[in-house]
Amino acid sequence: MKREDGRKPHELRPVEIKAGVLPRATGSALVKMGKTHALVAVYGPRSLHPRHLQLSDKALLQTNYTMMSFSTTERVRPGYSRRSIEISKVIKDALGPVVYAEEFPKATIDVYIDIIQADAGTRTAAINAASVALADAGVPMRDLVTAVAVGKIEDQFVVDLTGKEEEVTKCDMPIAYVPRGKKITLLQLDGDVSHEDFKELLKLATKACETIYEKQRQALIEKWSKRL
Amino acid sequence: MNLQQKFLMDLVTKNVRIDKRGFEEYRKIIIEKDAVEKAEGSARVKIGETEVLAGVKLEVGEPFPDKPKEGVLITSAEFSPIASPDFEKGPPNAHAIELARVVDRGIRESKTIELEKLLIEEGKVWKVYVDIQIINHAGNLIDASALASIMALLNAKIPEYDGQKINYEKKGKKLPVKYKPVAVTLVKIGSNILVDANLEEEEIATARLTVTTKDNGNICALQKGGSAPFTFEELESAVELAKKKGDELRKLL
Repeated sequence: MKREDGRKPHELRPVEIKAGVLPRATGSALVKMGKTHALVAVYGPRSLHPRHLQLSDKALLQTNYTMMSFSTTERVRPGYSRRSIEISKVIKDALGPVVYAEEFPKATIDVYIDIIQADAGTRTAAINAASVALADAGVPMRDLVTAVAVGKIEDQFVVDLTGKEEEVTKCDMPIAYVPRGKKITLLQLDGDVSHEDFKELLKLATKACETIYEKQRQALIEKWSKRL
Repeated sequence: MNLQQKFLMDLVTKNVRIDKRGFEEYRKIIIEKDAVEKAEGSARVKIGETEVLAGVKLEVGEPFPDKPKEGVLITSAEFSPIASPDFEKGPPNAHAIELARVVDRGIRESKTIELEKLLIEEGKVWKVYVDIQIINHAGNLIDASALASIMALLNAKIPEYDGQKINYEKKGKKLPVKYKPVAVTLVKIGSNILVDANLEEEEIATARLTVTTKDNGNICALQKGGSAPFTFEELESAVELAKKKGDELRKLL
């Protein structure tokens, strides 16, 4: 099987990660996975209003995922959709486990994700960017979260699907992974796969995540070593 | 007024700006075209630390009933919270709507897009969406947005259409764009008029005037903002200055 962009089955698209790209945010990151580009700003921990939303024992983590109108082939209507609300939620659940929210009772940590350009894998690119942005903001974390989508085209397992590949894959399974604890914090699947295949896909995804993890770390080192 | 703002005010009365610019001087402007692949046309504009992304998307749709033979222009702006801690999520607020409408008027009233060439057949026209995204807010969003929008339009290509479906991957001829309208925003601080206010200057400015001019120097949109009034003399020199600066900005396109 040949992939449309000439990649090997287990090869990621070119990954580019930059930390600290938005001057007014507490922390920020830009992640490019091929033609999918995600820009993330983190504000906080900061005080949370209205006060009835405050949690007495920990910070509230709030995530907002939106797509820019011109990010896809057909224009996206600005504002929230059912899709963007669900994605915001699963991203929040993917990041939550690594954040020491208990350090900041009553506060909020706001994560704003804007997709500049979409070619599949926007939620995984968003998670990769958001965890770098959180670290860049100095939010205490157990580890970075790293994410990728995997699938099966014909009889071949493939990582990091493009938009075209998403149309032909037998399944599309995004996962988020915490390398240090070897834990899965996001798992979704659309399609039709055997239990055996599922195990194989999981193994493949975590391996790809290790590669992304290294790039995330490098981006943070790159930004913060300059400050010393 | 806080201490920083008072300091800035004092400087301006001594004819000095916080970043040492002249009153008629813009920050460094960087224009990058084709910034987003999925758009029919796009541009990224940086004025100092201010950064704006504009994208043009085309759709086939119905014309407005009062202009059945013309294409449709729709301009909108999103003030994403990524750009500033002061921006909130949710539908566009008055600032975002005003900005989009000022940019829209500059393009529309100058007849920059030859909308009559966007008629496909009776009842079917191209709809041109200009979407403005603020990436970083460091002052003077209107000028940056207008520059990004016109640059995106100048580079926009119409995708192929077979009467049924748009093939966005096949880009055909250029969008018919005739002019280069440019917005220049001036602010009033004390009794002084400055161009390209940064964020701190905007906070102490009492009035604002945006002047959009086209290639021949004609004015195609005006918008006054802020609580302070302008005198006739101030307006005269402001428009004069806006024309001069507009010509300079136009050369960057």
